[in-house]
Amino acid sequence: MYTKVILVKDTDLKREDKTREFYTRLLDYLREASLHEQIQVVRVADIGVYEQGLVVKVLPDKVTYINVQDEDVKKIVDAALSDGKIIEDLVFKPKAKQCRIVLRNCGKIDPESIEDYISSGGYLALKKVLGELGQQKLIDEIKISGIRGRGGAGYPTWMKWNFAREMNSAEKFVICNADEGDPGAYMDRSVLEGDPHSVIEGLIIAAFAIGASKGYFYIRAEYPLAVERIQKAIKQAYDYGLLGNNILGSPFNLDIDIRLGAGAFVCGEETALISSIEGKRGTPHPRPPYPSVKGLWGKPTVINNVETLANIPVIIAKGGKWFAQIGTQTSKGTKVFAVTGKVKNSGLVEIAMGATLREIVMDICGGTLSGKPIKAVQTGGPSGGVIPENLLDTPVDYENLQKLGSIMGSGGMIVMDEDDCMVDIPKFYLGFCVEESCGKCAPCRIGGFQMLGYLKKISEGRGIPEDLGQLRRIAQSMQKASLCGLGQTASNPVLSTLKYFEDEYNEHILNKRCPAGKCSSLITYSIIEDKCKRCGICFTNCPVKAISGGKEEGYSVIQDKCIKCGRCFDVCKFKAINKK
Amino acid sequence: MEHAKLNPELVSLVQQWKGKEGNLIMILHEIQNHHGYVPRELSLELSRMLDVPLARIYEVVTFYNFFKLTPPGKHRIALCMGTACYLRGAAVILEEIKNILGIKEGQTTKDGLFYLDVVRCLGCCGLAPVVMIDNKVYGKVKKSEVADILSKYIKEE
Repeated sequence: MYTKVILVKDTDLKREDKTREFYTRLLDYLREASLHEQIQVVRVADIGVYEQGLVVKVLPDKVTYINVQDEDVKKIVDAALSDGKIIEDLVFKPKAKQCRIVLRNCGKIDPESIEDYISSGGYLALKKVLGELGQQKLIDEIKISGIRGRGGAGYPTWMKWNFAREMNSAEKFVICNADEGDPGAYMDRSVLEGDPHSVIEGLIIAAFAIGASKGYFYIRAEYPLAVERIQKAIKQAYDYGLLGNNILGSPFNLDIDIRLGAGAFVCGEETALISSIEGKRGTPHPRPPYPSVKGLWGKPTVINNVETLANIPVIIAKGGKWFAQIGTQTSKGTKVFAVTGKVKNSGLVEIAMGATLREIVMDICGGTLSGKPIKAVQTGGPSGGVIPENLLDTPVDYENLQKLGSIMGSGGMIVMDEDDCMVDIPKFYLGFCVEESCGKCAPCRIGGFQMLGYLKKISEGRGIPEDLGQLRRIAQSMQKASLCGLGQTASNPVLSTLKYFEDEYNEHILNKRCPAGKCSSLITYSIIEDKCKRCGICFTNCPVKAISGGKEEGYSVIQDKCIKCGRCFDVCKFKAINKK
Repeated sequence: MEHAKLNPELVSLVQQWKGKEGNLIMILHEIQNHHGYVPRELSLELSRMLDVPLARIYEVVTFYNFFKLTPPGKHRIALCMGTACYLRGAAVILEEIKNILGIKEGQTTKDGLFYLDVVRCLGCCGLAPVVMIDNKVYGKVKKSEVADILSKYIKEE
């Protein structure tokens, strides 16, 4: 019988074979010392620490050691078998505390086992709701908790539920919005894959709150594992009498079905999502009427995001008051962010609302990968804005991010360093929105396209100062006149970069220069003679013969011929190519 | 035009979904899972079986990025163009793949071996930039590694 488990992983890039070497070394040692029946060694794919050499985690003690060397094997095994001894000089100390509510079970329980979920306190909240609370007290509890929708807009969950509950209709629906389309965000996927039952429990509770008898999961088809896990979990829930008729012996009935998305970002918008479930093109409808009044097939419908629903069972189990203690005045609880981009430890981070962006990016995620200073952080995906480095001390909540011209969004957080161009970034996001615009309303369809045209023009060095005014005008009209959230927020990346990085736009327009060296039309390559060793590798690699000269006289770039592909820059071993 | 033969699998599938409201997208998913795309003959068939005009099926198929109207290559290359991958150089990787295979996004190589698809976020942003070939994910891909990765699939032939 194993008493301890040691997880091993080499966290340096491209050294996966090292993990195996250390793994065998550790196993050999254990066998020699006849300890191999006490300690189990597992090679893991991800250990949650990055770029820290060989990392070892001892369970159930939850002690993590970093930069482990071969000679540390004995020390680690001794410490693991001792009574709580820790090797101080190897132990990993995370700087800031994360607070796991939504991710409470992820990685801890077997997501395919309902028994695991139940033994960690699962479905107790549902029992409490059906047995003791009843509809009114349930909604009151959610109201006390102060939880707001985690999908992005931050609408109070209890109000949504209450509207739908007050509707007099024989048929009502609940939908879990698992159409996580924001590029760069994968919180919902992790919860669906890692703890599917918490979302199902949340959805059952929501259905009970409004009196719905039918529920849907709307999941991206791009997440096959999430679909599979939810499918399994739903089946298990039926087997346990947690779905179907007379749930847990109460008069409450609920059936849940899965509907797959098909790769349309706009379907994250609730009215478009409803169209899609109805089997139509996912185009949005004007609101009001809101879905809680007239939703799926014209019936009152509540749509909640995955993360919102995963919070519900905990709120019920621990009480709304407990939840309301966490977070800020207006934003309660925690938020999961998917921190990616130019960051050292990219991954999911769950923090209490009110933590600052700097804490998240610097303390938890270890700053930038390159070690270069952070230029900006982007939240909210294509609907959000860019927040410059000097505002990173802002505490994260719905209102603060909005004041900065961004949004909370579903939780994508992208870190950018000096090498990222603030004309190129909005161009990227806008390109996304233009492609994903459903085309139903003119402001979004035409406005987005026109703005993209201006951004392209500027990035190619053909911009004129008046373009910035035009961009602002179009952006504001889109905000005011678009039909749905996609169009209303699509201009945020442009407006926020214009607000904080107007200088960079002007550099492109007036001096025809891209300070980040990203916009290829504005870059010139040249050869630094002092550094050039005349090896000729650039000469042979240039696809358009834009490098002239020879080993004797040295090389130079013929600017007229250069197509700015950057191949010479990539192949030069002596950093003798200047990119400006 | 010659009518496609009644496909027994499709029949049973449609029967299974027929009574349910909003079934069209789910049936299309099943068809694409099976064939790799939505063949025109099957759409015609489906239109008769469900009593839905072909135009309605076409409008749905073309609205969603996921559905394809032409058969994909043997191996599907899905290049992630999510924000994290973009920042970490996905555009360079895309260029390299295009150069090597001589196709554009949404096209299949002449030998029918590869189909190149640019997708929005595969949800493994920690590994950016990411390329997925069939169901195998390649993370932290470098430009210099692209040829190696592709050659594995070419050699298999």
